[in-house]
Amino acid sequence: MAKGDPGASTRGRRAAPRSRKAVTGDPELVQLLTPAGERIDSVTGPDGTEYRVDFTDEEYRGLYRDLVLVRKLDAEATALQRQGELGIWASLLGQEAAQVGSGRALRTQDMAFPTYREHGVLYCRGIDPIMPLGLFRGVDQGGWDPNEFKFNMYTIVIGAQTLHATGYAMGVTMDGRTGTDDGEAVIAYFGDGASSQGDVNESFVWAGVFNAPLVFFCQNNQYAISEPLERQTRIPLYRRAAGFGFPGTRVDGNDVLATYAVTRHALDNARHGQGPSLIEAYTYRMGAHTTSDDPTRYRIASEVEAWQAKDPIARMKAFLEREKIADEGFFTDIDEQARREAIDLRERVLAMPDPEPVTLFDHVYPNGSPLLDEQRAQFSRYLESFEGSVH
Amino acid sequence: MATETLTLGKALNIGLRKALENDPKVVIMGEDVGKLGGVFRITDGLQKDFGDQRVIDTPLAESGIIGTAVGLAIRGYRPVCEIQFDGFVYPAYDQIVSQVAKMHYRSRGKLNIPMVIRIPFGGGIGAVEHHSESPEAYFAHTAGLKVVSCASPQDAYVMIQQAIVSDDPIVFLEPKRRYWEKGQVDLDAPLAEAYPLHAARVARAGTDATLLAYGPMVRTCLDAAAAAAEDGRDLEVIDLRTLSPLDLGVVYESVRRTGRAVVVHEAPSNVGLGAEIAARITEECFYSLESPVLRVTGFDTPYPAARMEEEYLPDLDRVLDAVDRTFGW
Repeated sequence: MAKGDPGASTRGRRAAPRSRKAVTGDPELVQLLTPAGERIDSVTGPDGTEYRVDFTDEEYRGLYRDLVLVRKLDAEATALQRQGELGIWASLLGQEAAQVGSGRALRTQDMAFPTYREHGVLYCRGIDPIMPLGLFRGVDQGGWDPNEFKFNMYTIVIGAQTLHATGYAMGVTMDGRTGTDDGEAVIAYFGDGASSQGDVNESFVWAGVFNAPLVFFCQNNQYAISEPLERQTRIPLYRRAAGFGFPGTRVDGNDVLATYAVTRHALDNARHGQGPSLIEAYTYRMGAHTTSDDPTRYRIASEVEAWQAKDPIARMKAFLEREKIADEGFFTDIDEQARREAIDLRERVLAMPDPEPVTLFDHVYPNGSPLLDEQRAQFSRYLESFEGSVH
Repeated sequence: MATETLTLGKALNIGLRKALENDPKVVIMGEDVGKLGGVFRITDGLQKDFGDQRVIDTPLAESGIIGTAVGLAIRGYRPVCEIQFDGFVYPAYDQIVSQVAKMHYRSRGKLNIPMVIRIPFGGGIGAVEHHSESPEAYFAHTAGLKVVSCASPQDAYVMIQQAIVSDDPIVFLEPKRRYWEKGQVDLDAPLAEAYPLHAARVARAGTDATLLAYGPMVRTCLDAAAAAAEDGRDLEVIDLRTLSPLDLGVVYESVRRTGRAVVVHEAPSNVGLGAEIAARITEECFYSLESPVLRVTGFDTPYPAARMEEEYLPDLDRVLDAVDRTFGW
């Protein structure tokens, strides 16, 4: 087994997990790293799948670096919004492990369909973190090439992307790109609120019927803006999968190791032609829904504090220290790297030029439109009429 | 030359077959499009010949049809989606308006969604509710979509192929009450030399007034023009063919000659295509007009029960009544 593979196996091993303190008291929560940073060698999921990771020290440190950088860049974006440089920002604070764990579980050939909060996954896909800031600053609507990075555009309409992911995954099957180790898999991100959307439920139906090589990755961050999970569902979300005919697993979304293991396993099943599955990454949105929101109106401080104790980065740091995988110098270096990248991000955001007004007519249609040509020409003449005027 | 007499429905069927033959990336998807061949049999025999991965019977969920087709398009396919009836397209409206229409724009041209959404539309077949609607204005109002409608077997055969070849997302409105009307179709004429998809065309030349229509109402207007001719009035009929973008050059040219224009559609008049067309004619042909541009349309009611649809739908008499009014101004 290659280093870095989770070693997720279904071959009949039923090793009882080492002592595990489930963060929710849910016995079905897959966890490999406790909030205190205690490593669990392996854990058996409710369907008998054994999850484990076998990373090198360098890989463990890499995951920690990802978590810290993603949080720092996110904090910088929040600050930029507060200073009026972004119109709005949807922070991922608290969800770093769910995103880095699943993002690093993707293989190069896998395709991801994000919501608008997957900045951590975007980072893992190698996309310049300034790209989503262009969207939230209002200079464009997302500047990366989805096919180059295998990471689709952000989707703001809740749940719509799960159908896109399903169709894309159907295309993977039609292209004959499943059934081998280098087959392709697709991941669809969505949240607990989206689980109520018709599109998400339709995508479950379709993915099941067409055996699509697709992982539904639900970050259950407990709130859909202000509405708690209880307003979306009567049963744990991962159990919905059973009704659609595919496996569902709940993983500790604040545990980067477990999230990696569970996601990698599900993706590899998909690429081998074993069809879709649902992962519920049980996590918590530590910040506001977006910078326009005030979470103190709908949740109590003690709840936030309880989740603070399950912080994804703190537990990883405790693990690295406990196992002597990293020393103080490493942590200082990572913090310094994060600080520099945040400054760089800030400087580049402030330098982003506003787009030329007439470019608003660009790319409406691949083949253009005479109506738009006419409107563009008229608007250009209108703008030119101001040239040379004082006011 | 293989000119055949075909129904409009059969012409579409052969056009779809050609598209499947010409490009392995073309896939047809929809409810009952496989073994059944669609409720109107427009996809008859295609699954048998091209397999169930190219002609896909989908779950019964319109948003799912369009949403998964978006994903297939991103993957490089050219989905041709059938919505079974006009009144069933609304569950897919969000995917069409927010996703299909905007993907190219949002991605600054990096993504194309070369999708065709076929919708049998309009009334006149005695159907129950939700089976006779004319939703074209909803789509024509949406930037990023193109909307076309065919009115004859020849156009049906050519336009469906042109729409599938186009990289633009296209709502393709099929006049369901005309599916069984026959006409001559040249099956061998090269597509590249065909009359352009997004262009209006004079369906009947005339000198006294201009009738503007698309889809099912083209036949109604041609019948009206034939009746008017018996009364010594020579009406020009223009088949608009493309509803978004509108192609009004030929319309302006006509109205400048005739001085009178009547727009005819089944959809309600309020904020419909006729309003846009009338406004544009007024802007371009103001000094040529002998009367205001009039509209003959469905009423601003929900589509009525079938036993009243003859009253609801524009017919020959209502069209000629409007023409008379343009002369009485």
